[in-house]
Amino acid sequence: MTGIDWASFFGHFLGWSIMSVGGAMSTAPAMYRYLVDQQHWLTAAQFTHGVAIAQAAPGPNILFVAVLGWSAGMNAGGYAQAALGLVVATVGIMLPSSLLTYVSASWVQRHRGLRAVRAFKQAMAPLVVALLFSIGLMLAKGESWPAPAWALWALTAGAAILVWRTRLHLLWLLGIGALLGASGLV
Amino acid sequence: MADSPPLVAPRSPSDIFWSFAVLALQGFGGVAAVAQREIVERRRWMSREEFLEEWAVAQVLPGPNIVNLSIMIGQRHFGVRGAVAALGGMLLLPLAVVLAMTLLYATVQDHPVARGALRGMGAVAAGLILGTALKMIVALQGNVMGRAACAIVALAGFLGFTVLGLPLIVVLGVVGAVAMAWAYRALGASPPPAQGATAPQVPGKPSP
Repeated sequence: MTGIDWASFFGHFLGWSIMSVGGAMSTAPAMYRYLVDQQHWLTAAQFTHGVAIAQAAPGPNILFVAVLGWSAGMNAGGYAQAALGLVVATVGIMLPSSLLTYVSASWVQRHRGLRAVRAFKQAMAPLVVALLFSIGLMLAKGESWPAPAWALWALTAGAAILVWRTRLHLLWLLGIGALLGASGLV
Repeated sequence: MADSPPLVAPRSPSDIFWSFAVLALQGFGGVAAVAQREIVERRRWMSREEFLEEWAVAQVLPGPNIVNLSIMIGQRHFGVRGAVAALGGMLLLPLAVVLAMTLLYATVQDHPVARGALRGMGAVAAGLILGTALKMIVALQGNVMGRAACAIVALAGFLGFTVLGLPLIVVLGVVGAVAMAWAYRALGASPPPAQGATAPQVPGKPSP
C-alpha cells in the first residue's frame, strides 16, 4: 500500500466513524464493500474472521476494526505495516465519534435542566430497553448450530434469568456456557 | 426501589482508566451487561435511572455506545483527562487481547472444542443482554411519560427494529420524536423539579 492508499484508508475510517450511529457494526457492510470488493486489501474470509474474533474477545466489538487494519497491513507487507494498519484504522474509527461525544456530553451536562434535554432522556429510556431486547434476540439466533436449537435457547434463557435475578458474576455464566459448548451439549 | 445505596464518584482519572479496563476485559460478546453491573451495582457511579438516560444519549451519537458512555462519565468527572482515561481504559488492554487472539486464531479455528466453547459463550452472551434488559425495566417506573406510554414506546421500538427490520436511525427518529413530544408535554404538566433532578445526582461531583 502506498502513502496515498494509507491516506484513503484513514479517510474512509474517519467517515465511517461519523456515520456509525448504533455502533461500528452498522457500517460493517460499507467497510466490506470498500476493503474487500473494491480495494482487495482484505479477503472475504479475513473480514469475517476479524468480526468473529472481536466478538469472541472481551471488550467493545468496535475492536474488529483494529483486526481489519492489522490484517490489511499484514497483506501489504509484514508486521510493521500491520501495526500501522491497526493504529490507523483504530484512530480513524474512534477519533470523530469520540470528539463529537465529548462535545455533546459537555453540552448535555451543562443543559441537563432544560425541559427539552430532560424530555429527550425520558423519551429515549424505554427505547433503550427495547433495543437491548432486540440485540439480545438477534445474538441469540445468530448462527445455525449442530446441537438442537432448544438447548441453546434454554442456555440463553437461563443466563438471562440468572443475570436478572441474581448477582452471580458474569464470568461464571460465560464459563459455564463455554464448558457446555466445548462438551458438545449445546 | 427500596435498595438504593448512596452513589459515589470515581476518585481520579486513573480510577476511571482501571475501572473501565476491568469492565471491558469482562465484556465477552458485548459490554452492555457488564457495564450495568460494574457502573451501577458494583461501583455505584450512577443510579439505574441515570444509567438508562446516559445510555440513551450515548446511543444516538455515532460510535460504540459503551465507549461513548465511558467518555461521558470521564468527561463529567474529570473533563478531558477523564475522557481520555476512559477511552484508554476501554480500548488499550482489550486491544492487546484481541491482537493476541488474532495471532492465535489460525491455530485453533478448526478445532471443534474451541468452536463449541465460542458457541456456548455466544448463547450466554445473548442471555446476559436479555437479562440486563429485564433488569432495566424497573428503571422506567419513575418515567415522566407513565407506565402505559413507556410500554407503548418500547413495543413500537422493538417492532420497528426487530420485526420490521427498520434501520436504527429510522426507529430512533420516528418513535423517538413522538415519545419526545409526549415527554415534553408531560414534563410541562408535572410540577417543575429542581435543576436536573430527574435522577439523583452524584454528591460532591466536581464540575471542571
